[in-house]
Amino acid sequence: MSETNETNGVAGVIDVVSLYPKDMNIYGDSGNVLTVARRLALYGYAPRIHEINQGDPWPERVDMILGGGGQDTGQKKIIDDLFARADDLRRFAADGVPMLMICGLYQLFGHYFETIDGTRLDGIGIIGAHTIGRDVRMIGNLVEHSAHFGDIIGYENHSGQTFLDPGVEPLGRVDHDGTGNNGEDHTEGARVNNVIGTYMHGSLLPKNPAIADFLIRAAAERRYGAFEPRQAKDRVAELARIDGIAAKARAVAAGRPR
Amino acid sequence: MASRNTTVQQPVAENQTTVTPSPVDAKTRRPWHAFATPLIGKAVRKAARLAHSGGSAFPGKIAETIDPGFLARTLGQLPLGVVLVSGTNGKTTTTRMVASVLENLGLKVFTNPTGSNFTRGVVSALLDRVTLGGRLDADIAVLELDEAYAVHFVRQVKPRHCLLLNVMRDQLDRFGEIDNTARLLSSVAEATTGTVVLNREDPRIAALADVAPATASVRYFGLDASLRSFFPSDDDMATTVSLPGLGAAAEHMESGQASAAASDGSGVAGKAGQSCPDGDSDTGGRTPEALPADVALMAVGDHQATFRIDGADLTTPVRLEGVYNLYNAAAALAVVRAVLADIRRGTIGTTRAESTGSPDSDASAARMTLVAQSDTDALMAALSTVTPAFGRGESIDVNGSTVELLLVKNPMGFRLSLASFPPEEHDTMICINDEYADGRDMSWLWDVDFTSLRGTGVAMVSGVRAWDMALRLEYDQVPVAEVDTELDKAVERFVTANPGTPKHIYCTYTAMLAVRARLGRMTEVADAGVGR
Repeated sequence: MSETNETNGVAGVIDVVSLYPKDMNIYGDSGNVLTVARRLALYGYAPRIHEINQGDPWPERVDMILGGGGQDTGQKKIIDDLFARADDLRRFAADGVPMLMICGLYQLFGHYFETIDGTRLDGIGIIGAHTIGRDVRMIGNLVEHSAHFGDIIGYENHSGQTFLDPGVEPLGRVDHDGTGNNGEDHTEGARVNNVIGTYMHGSLLPKNPAIADFLIRAAAERRYGAFEPRQAKDRVAELARIDGIAAKARAVAAGRPR
Repeated sequence: MASRNTTVQQPVAENQTTVTPSPVDAKTRRPWHAFATPLIGKAVRKAARLAHSGGSAFPGKIAETIDPGFLARTLGQLPLGVVLVSGTNGKTTTTRMVASVLENLGLKVFTNPTGSNFTRGVVSALLDRVTLGGRLDADIAVLELDEAYAVHFVRQVKPRHCLLLNVMRDQLDRFGEIDNTARLLSSVAEATTGTVVLNREDPRIAALADVAPATASVRYFGLDASLRSFFPSDDDMATTVSLPGLGAAAEHMESGQASAAASDGSGVAGKAGQSCPDGDSDTGGRTPEALPADVALMAVGDHQATFRIDGADLTTPVRLEGVYNLYNAAAALAVVRAVLADIRRGTIGTTRAESTGSPDSDASAARMTLVAQSDTDALMAALSTVTPAFGRGESIDVNGSTVELLLVKNPMGFRLSLASFPPEEHDTMICINDEYADGRDMSWLWDVDFTSLRGTGVAMVSGVRAWDMALRLEYDQVPVAEVDTELDKAVERFVTANPGTPKHIYCTYTAMLAVRARLGRMTEVADAGVGR
């Protein structure tokens, strides 16, 4: 980072909400929280992680929200609470709070989910997308391409087909039919303002530090006006070591069978 | 896109008939050429062995194709029927224990070897054991079946007893979701004619009591409350995020709920008190205490375990390692007790013996008369001789170092292994592959808390996904000395370093096969398969 300062210091607290860690964390999504926390610390920020489950009040400040995937039962357990928070979430999103929503919460952040038997379940409409249930799962290793983040490397596992509204930007583009949002239009995920929705887990952020850093930068800029890491050489070196390992893990993962 | 993108479609060409094990039914659906099935199957098996080195499931495929009733007809001869063992974790170990204990008590047992836990594998194993006349000389079958294949199996053969261990997130790319896996096991419980044996501590399994047929009985195996902290339920897996050591960050850590950042570096033990089911809709509001355990694990010590059976606490020496294996022993004892109850009631076990009066059946009747007298002391004595199965704490001596091989397949198993085998005074190696049998998806590694390895570090990380594992350890701030994706070389370097220092090697399934093969070229590695 060019902003490297001479000494380690505390650049400020960043309040990170881990949303529904109890019921929506089926694909190792806690790895995303861990990655954000560790990287914030290495940039000199003090991460404060708030686990928010059903009924828990928001913390005093919300700088970033991370949400994961769940099974049908998990989604049923959180849906009422999600609707109770929907206005707040829409306000945070409009205000530029960076969010990462994986799988189940990505779907619930859309307009609606139509199940195989035609039942329509409302989402909270932060992401212009809807999802249609179908009986074939899209499962496997996946590489998608993004102008902003480079190649995004992960693993998808979902049975819903998600269709973005016209004009909604996907997170990335996939090369093959039968993969990504719906298996048809070669899009994967969505990005609306600083809100990212995606089917990629694995966990996503450890192997995609560019996305982790995007979330961190957005959080810092929103709260403090600028992203100003405070790092002496040891923190810079540690981050470089982590990114070196991530680069090797990415290279291997990108070459694995679906 | 891979063709395996749906859940329960793998076993194809399965016969849909249900045949209850009885000699009469067993004769139905017998094709005119059935007499030749054992001969053809054995010949194919022999040819397959000559061509490759393992028998594999290929002979089973041939037999299934030419004679779809073979499985049901052959297992239908067994006077004590079939014990089916399924669940996410511990199938192999538990199946081995059930089979060994029953054998020790005096029964003749047919069981399927490690790794062939699908229907066709059972058929292949049967072809090996039947006579050319199609007769299976055994009193009972103890079969380990993978959850998805168990469903297909019970369509052909109704088990007399089933033992359902747990449902945990494992290879989600195969089964989709945990609740779906529970549904698979539910059809096993529904098909069971004698006793449904359930894990009282796993809410999704305990709830299957509701689907057991009215004519079947239900037994539970359980844990004393003091041991539950070793077994967090899958629903507690969510919060392994632990951040001590983040310097400036640490003092700012807080948690909306108690569990975050509560890790004390002791792995599973850090989750104490959270393992009880929360009485939600999954569990039907059950709490473990509300259900009587037929066998409960009360305490564990150094190579000893205490079980509560019929109100008495019995302590026995064991050759098994790890609290998790000892809980599997409680499961095994519960289903063995169900088998013994069958024999004592004489409700079954009189069929073939008395109808034919052959020397074989006379011998079978004699065995059962003997086994019927087994008391709990005999059960304990039988259990104390059981040795660990393939990769479940198996010890191998290499160059003066004891190397313990630990199979890891899913987050819970990995956490339990880490908690059961303290890393101090040991060198640690972790090998992670992502072949189909291992699970392609690496996200499970992020549900394992590795902070218990911080103090000792990890000497070697290997396997196809070594770098994913290294990245995981890095984020848990566990020092890693070396990463090498070339497994053969990595294993050799690891086991020859520091002679005399005992070693732990954690491996996924295919990595375990490779590690054992490599060690087999350096020293004697026993065939640790289930069955004989």
